[in-house]
Amino acid sequence: MQHRTAAREGPAVEIVDLVIRYGDRAVVDGLCLEAGPGRVLTLLGPNGAGKTTTVESCEGFRTPTSGTVRVFGLDPRRDRRDLAPRVGVMLQAGGVYPGARPDEMLRLVAALHAYPLDVDALLTSLGLRDVARTSYRRLSGGQKQRLSLAMAVVGRPELVLLDEPTAGLDPQARLATWDLVRALRDDGVTVLLTTHAMAEAAELADDVVIIDHGRVVARGTPAELTQSGAAGSFRFTASPGLDLDAMTRALRPGLVAEEVRPGAYLVSGGADADALAAVTTWCAASGVRIVEISLERRTLEDVFLDLTGRDLRA
Amino acid sequence: MSRGDYSPRSGAAPVTRMLLAQTAMELRLTLRRGESLLLTVVIPVVLLAFFASVDLIETGAEDPLDFLVPGVLALAVMSTSMTGLAIATGFERSYGVLKRLGASPLPRAVLLAAKTLGVLVVEVIQGVLLCGVGLALGWRPSGGVSAVAAAGVLVLLGTTCFCGIGLLMAGTLRAEATLAAANGLYLILLLLGGVLFPLSRLPSPLRAVGEVLPTAALSDGLRAVLTSGDGLPAGPVAVLALWAVASLGVAAATFRWE
Repeated sequence: MQHRTAAREGPAVEIVDLVIRYGDRAVVDGLCLEAGPGRVLTLLGPNGAGKTTTVESCEGFRTPTSGTVRVFGLDPRRDRRDLAPRVGVMLQAGGVYPGARPDEMLRLVAALHAYPLDVDALLTSLGLRDVARTSYRRLSGGQKQRLSLAMAVVGRPELVLLDEPTAGLDPQARLATWDLVRALRDDGVTVLLTTHAMAEAAELADDVVIIDHGRVVARGTPAELTQSGAAGSFRFTASPGLDLDAMTRALRPGLVAEEVRPGAYLVSGGADADALAAVTTWCAASGVRIVEISLERRTLEDVFLDLTGRDLRA
Repeated sequence: MSRGDYSPRSGAAPVTRMLLAQTAMELRLTLRRGESLLLTVVIPVVLLAFFASVDLIETGAEDPLDFLVPGVLALAVMSTSMTGLAIATGFERSYGVLKRLGASPLPRAVLLAAKTLGVLVVEVIQGVLLCGVGLALGWRPSGGVSAVAAAGVLVLLGTTCFCGIGLLMAGTLRAEATLAAANGLYLILLLLGGVLFPLSRLPSPLRAVGEVLPTAALSDGLRAVLTSGDGLPAGPVAVLALWAVASLGVAAATFRWE
């Protein structure tokens, strides 16, 4: 692990005020983000949030309408020749000759790099050994994904850009992918990946950037995001439209009850066992049946829903 | 499971290694595609054998093979460098292969060079096969080494202009439309290209069209050097060169990689 040279060079990816428009529609709308060297940054958001367009601007496939994108300080479009050997790319879909076999495709990509990884070892570690000589068009969706991932890392890149690396994978393959991402990070590779799976962001990311409608709606480490605002609060689920003014009057001063989305309530401001008792008592007296009470930390999904009111899997 | 070492050590491979790897891939994929072999090998060989043994069309030549072999060679060049290249490239574009390679260290010029080399290797195979079949059937070409060299120049020129036409289709149309257009154009150029029968058998308007198309230029040019033993014929060379410059120029200007 001697190769942390990137750590001295500033951010691997730096995006400032990026706007990308298609016609009238801004797919990316003033986005800023920074991927620190040797870290895993997860771009989290629903379909259509602008994740792929953002990643593709780092790959040089999209031209910013305004704003700047820099990868290792270089322009992905102008400096493509310099960046291509340093950046491993996994497209969301496709990218392989349908008639090619995984081993020959991976050997081809390896042959384009000066110091590639051992192809056979990589095929084995991603569980592709048994299908190495099956044509790409006959692979399952998950096998195609893993080949695409292998193609992104075989050239020993300093940065890998993974667009939905685990979409459509079964749990075992997802774990293998996660292991690989962690191994890359441990060896000093910067990883930028997109996902709409909460668990994945929580599991893998050093940094999470949540985007929606082409804008950043929250950023931080998973711990920061799930803890912020969570101190002394709890959630409960009941019928929508409760009289919260009446409930708040029944609570100790300082406590605030709010309906974060229909039927989902958040009580904050130093909520403790007494506050919990007060709420349940008030509900019982008012004939309100509580479906669920949660004292757990917020999940990233809660963070996202609170911020956007949108279902992440929409 | 042993864990690999993923520590970064990036760098592009030497150009020659990239070129060889990419050319080998192009060739493997081409030779593996049954429909492509049908078009580039089976159809020309069957046409040659069939029209050589059944005297259907008056070619005006003493021996029909003197007319047929150069014509079918021109057809073979067209099938590989235009139709085959267009269809393969069109689907590579639609499957995101060109996009993915665009994110790899492979320079575009090396990708194009690899495709060209792949086409040329297939043409050599076609040429050996068709000439072999022709010779077996009794074809006796005139001219010596200089005729072969002149034929080589014509084939290179023809390949350039057909590659341009093929890439023009592949770079602008949807893959399915490229498939249809490339096959349609193949048929039109076969009929108007002096491949199986002389252009003189066509009504004059069609004949005028055929004469300025690259297929007729290539087949007539090959006939002039292989049958009559002439040097490089100026007319066909001019037509092919014009088509080469125009088609490659437009293809380069309009090609969309994704």
